[in-house]
Amino acid sequence: MRTALRKAVPAAIPFLAITIAIESLVRAGWVKAWLVPPPSAIFQTIVRDAPELFRALAMTSFGALTGFALSAAFGIAIAVYLSSSRAIQQAFYPYAIFFQTVPIIAIAPLLVIWFGYGLRTVVASAFIVSIFPVIANTLSGILSTDRALRDLFSLYGASRSATLWKLSFPAALPQILTGLRIAGGLAVIGAIVGEFIGGQGLGAVVDVARTQQRTDKVFAAVLLASFLGLALFGLINLLSRVVLQRWHASEQN
Amino acid sequence: MTEATTPTTSPITTGVALRLHQVRRAFDSLPVITSFSLNVDAGEFLAILGPSGCGKSTLLRLIAGLIQPDSGTVSLSPADTKFQTAYVFQDPHLLPWRTVLENAALPLELMGVDRAPRLAKAHAALADVGLTEAESRYPAQLSGGMRMRVSLARALVTEPRLLLLDEPFAALDEITRFRLDVSLRSLWLERGMTVIFVTHSITEAAFLADRAIVLTGKGGIVKLDRRLNLPRVRNNDLRVNPQLALETQALLTAMEEES
Ligand SMILES: Nc1ncnc2c1ncn2[C@@H]1O[C@H](COP(=O)(O)OP(=O)(O)OP(=O)(O)O)[C@@H](O)[C@H]1O
Ligand SMILES: [Mg+2]
Repeated sequence: MRTALRKAVPAAIPFLAITIAIESLVRAGWVKAWLVPPPSAIFQTIVRDAPELFRALAMTSFGALTGFALSAAFGIAIAVYLSSSRAIQQAFYPYAIFFQTVPIIAIAPLLVIWFGYGLRTVVASAFIVSIFPVIANTLSGILSTDRALRDLFSLYGASRSATLWKLSFPAALPQILTGLRIAGGLAVIGAIVGEFIGGQGLGAVVDVARTQQRTDKVFAAVLLASFLGLALFGLINLLSRVVLQRWHASEQN
Repeated sequence: MTEATTPTTSPITTGVALRLHQVRRAFDSLPVITSFSLNVDAGEFLAILGPSGCGKSTLLRLIAGLIQPDSGTVSLSPADTKFQTAYVFQDPHLLPWRTVLENAALPLELMGVDRAPRLAKAHAALADVGLTEAESRYPAQLSGGMRMRVSLARALVTEPRLLLLDEPFAALDEITRFRLDVSLRSLWLERGMTVIFVTHSITEAAFLADRAIVLTGKGGIVKLDRRLNLPRVRNNDLRVNPQLALETQALLTAMEEES
């Protein structure tokens, strides 16, 4: 707890400094309040529209987390499958890369046609943008298994699945967790994009507030979305620490 | 006690005899081993010396069956030696997410031995290398020398009849290396397995082995094959023994002609 606080303080200083700077600039009249609302106004909006905003946050969280969970499960499963042979990799890996290059904004309307307005579109969007880093990191982790250890396993007649589950997969865990950390942030972005078109959650709040010129509300929603991303990131970091506490050097200080 | 022909205690295993006949192996059409022949007696302690890149590791991998020769034969006798070969690498290569005990038990686990008996054997193997206290620790919590001992215990846990070591102590400090040399030599005396020990250190080869071969830089041709005339039981007193210096000198001469 102490160390968490000690880490939070340095990060909070720039946040406070920027908040105060923007507040002063707007109050002094150098920046128009309808372009950049003063932080105090954003805070007031969050308090005033709390029921609406937090209901939206809950929906976005649900959509992003579901998309993320699907990415994690399918991403790892796909990578394990791809790792089983070079031919399979050559046949299917290009399609995994294709997923990464899909411009999500451009295909979001298509998702609405396929999945309708609502949660399913949001989850699909979060899933599509976040699965690639899971696949790529898991695959490279599994493929970079130490050669000497693979020799050792084959010396004692280990089956392919024993080698995968007792050696390659645990050895790849640090890289898998790195993939998940990246995927977490992307899932939040994907969910918001889905909501822009699919019509609910923080994405919808931003879209509506934008048409009403309510920059304060746009900022309020964006701020909450960022906190969601941070919370997810923190959660995955916590998971990393629990999983890797004993053996991964980067977690050892 | 010098030059005893029988071990002081009866060994718990018998070593395998090894015969390589005109073995050839290339990588990407570049020959690494060309027409290599070697006979090793059961229970022999053989050291292999040779310049870097001459094919020593390739030779060990061929003997272990990890790679196959392009032509020629590698035969062990008795031949039913499944799971009877153990391999120790230059670095310990432990699984960092497992305790010392679970690491030492790994080979038995892969072979399908039940949990209770395999942990008991791992415990015994760790005792043999002097590591019982560290059993529940993780590799990251050990010194380099301790990690190498775990690696050695992992190799011994199956009671191998052929132990292959590829520059196992090269990365350790000298004191630790001296201690491990003595441990390995006495383990060999107790167990009676065949040992093939690859090293870059001429003095280590002379200190440890009963027979040393020096390979040339091309194709792994045996340049010198020498029986070492040293006591059977060896401890660190031997390091200042003039007899060891003589043997070292003989190997050094062969190595120098080589480079
Ligand atoms: N799997 C492989 N693929 C391609 N080339 C290989 C492979 N293994 C070994 N070689 C080549 O074979 C030659 C001999 O390698 P090897 O590792 O057997 O030498 P070594 O005597 O053990 O050297 P060192 O003393 O440095 O360990 C080297 O030129 C190496 O590049
Ligand atoms: Mg080598």
